[in-house]
Amino acid sequence: MRSPHRYALAALAAVALLAAGCSSSSSPSSSSGPNWATVSSAAAGGGMSKLIAAAKKEGTLNVIALPPTWANYGAIISTFEKKYGIKVNSANPDGSSQDEVNAVKQENGTAAAPDVLDIGMAVATANTNLFAPYQVSTWSDIPAAQKSSAGLWYQDYGGYMSVGYSSKFGTITSLSQLLGSKFKGAVALNGNPTEANAALNGVMLANLAEGGSPSSIAKGVSWFGKLKLVGNFDSVQATGATIKAGTTPVVFNWDYLNLPSYVGVSNWKVFIPSGAVLGGYYAQAINKNAPHPAAARLWEEFLYSQATDGGQNLWLAGGARPVEQSAMTSNGTINSADASKLPPVSGTPVFLSQSQATDAATYLAANWAKAVG
Amino acid sequence: MLAATTTTETGARPVRAGRRLRLPAWLGTTPFLAYVGIFLLLPTGIVVVNAFRNPSGGLNLSSLKLLFSSTTSSYFIGSFQLCLISSALGAVLGAILAYAIASGDPDGMVRRLYIAVSGVLAQFGGVTLAFAFLVTIGPVGLLFHASWYYSFPWGIAVIYAYFQVPLMVLVFLPAIDGVKVQWREASESMGASSWQYWRYVGGPLLTPAFLGAALLLFANALSAFATIVAWENQIAYIVPQQIYVAINSEVGLSNVNEADVLALGMIIMVAIVMTGYVLLQRRAARWLR
Repeated sequence: MRSPHRYALAALAAVALLAAGCSSSSSPSSSSGPNWATVSSAAAGGGMSKLIAAAKKEGTLNVIALPPTWANYGAIISTFEKKYGIKVNSANPDGSSQDEVNAVKQENGTAAAPDVLDIGMAVATANTNLFAPYQVSTWSDIPAAQKSSAGLWYQDYGGYMSVGYSSKFGTITSLSQLLGSKFKGAVALNGNPTEANAALNGVMLANLAEGGSPSSIAKGVSWFGKLKLVGNFDSVQATGATIKAGTTPVVFNWDYLNLPSYVGVSNWKVFIPSGAVLGGYYAQAINKNAPHPAAARLWEEFLYSQATDGGQNLWLAGGARPVEQSAMTSNGTINSADASKLPPVSGTPVFLSQSQATDAATYLAANWAKAVG
Repeated sequence: MLAATTTTETGARPVRAGRRLRLPAWLGTTPFLAYVGIFLLLPTGIVVVNAFRNPSGGLNLSSLKLLFSSTTSSYFIGSFQLCLISSALGAVLGAILAYAIASGDPDGMVRRLYIAVSGVLAQFGGVTLAFAFLVTIGPVGLLFHASWYYSFPWGIAVIYAYFQVPLMVLVFLPAIDGVKVQWREASESMGASSWQYWRYVGGPLLTPAFLGAALLLFANALSAFATIVAWENQIAYIVPQQIYVAINSEVGLSNVNEADVLALGMIIMVAIVMTGYVLLQRRAARWLR
């Protein structure tokens, strides 16, 4: 999803070649029952029990770019494996959304191709021709603005952009404090905003805090320019390693990636600037040529299950906000202890529309390097 | 030579014929050729072909125009500057060090130690190297905060020197070892000063090897990627960084075609540099024979 890993071009080419050479394509044969590759809901395929039986028969699920520490994916994968007896192959856990789509294209038709994807919205909407339409049983509990009406993608979990910081700085309540002299070389983004979604939203957070509108990221870029000018902006990508080493004591990132438990240090605080509440959600999609079409659909049913050990509550336990949170709060299925641990948010959240996100990326491509150079 | 071979062939063959399994001589090279073919030539070919195609697959020369746009040329200029400075630093410092090692005891402890350490450090790059500098002299460094740390190309060139200098020692030492003591003695016995020896004998002897090694360092710096990305994540200064953004951007700026075109530009750059290297090596070999 994010992309901390760096590949040489040659390595990519070599891996692609190996994948093409080694994998034998196994086409799932369904002598009886529905063809799950084209079924668009569990009910249409004959109900959940049929889906579970077909998925168990396939026995395997290929997932990609799911770091075990990210949004509780480690527990989500092991719970799914235990519950259904299906083996989950987790490829390239630190890959980016674009890596996921590249893998779908390059490994198309092989048994190693990803069955399901967890991707950023820019990548999701740009690649809908690769996805199979599917509607989970709890479809109506996903807010209408957070799913494609055709069921090609559906947002899964998200959070708000936040500033995490070492508690040695005391308490931070506004972004303008970060321009002060005690933050020399201390402030970092999770990646490069022309490449990583979390970093783009970090710049957008500064933009909103500076009174900018979601339609233009210019004020955010100039705020980071100022931060660079006073010597407080650190150009490295913030990771768990840089936070533990103390080289990036202030980090702009999604709140569920800014938890002390996620970054691995205990003296770590998080704040969300008032008046700059910026939300972002990832989305699920099923590869239309998935090698395990029934297991892929069962995985989605599991992720959108509101049960105590279902995906929605497991994401919440990982500090992420599940997409069905408000419906679950009403119907009482939410784990309220976990929900109360989420960082408090005041103000109306802003969600970037696709065109606003694209405009921001285009502006960054032309102006980011100049502003922080 | 040629005549002798012919005689042996015609003379010896009838005796042994039929008793010896004769495999074609080129067979021994197939593992190497297959390896190079799959891991070097094929990917290179794919990149070159894709650079001439548009995303939908048709032939398209317009993407090549990208190579000459001002933003793209800034990446190539950045790559050129970084390679030039880091290879010059590495070549000069490495040559001095190699000379110092060569003039010491050929079986001594110091020489063995330096060669072993050079062998290790020449491979010390990537995230570990950038991180080592970051925590010692970076913005919140343990030793001090170097104000030039984030300057391009000087800051990163100093970091690159950390693997360039040892590489220079490894590739240049054999050339210095090839300079015979007798040549120096001969020039001294004819009354040449130290300056005259270096100006008319040592210098001309070592220049081709020196330039060849410097070109190797240049190509080495050109392909280094993980180090600079761990050093500076926010600005693409050099071509490999921009290729990374073009392949990997998840905010809608990914453009695989651009990556192929940039990679083609790098292939051309490497081809020029390596041609120069081969020509200089040929000249160096003539002297050292």
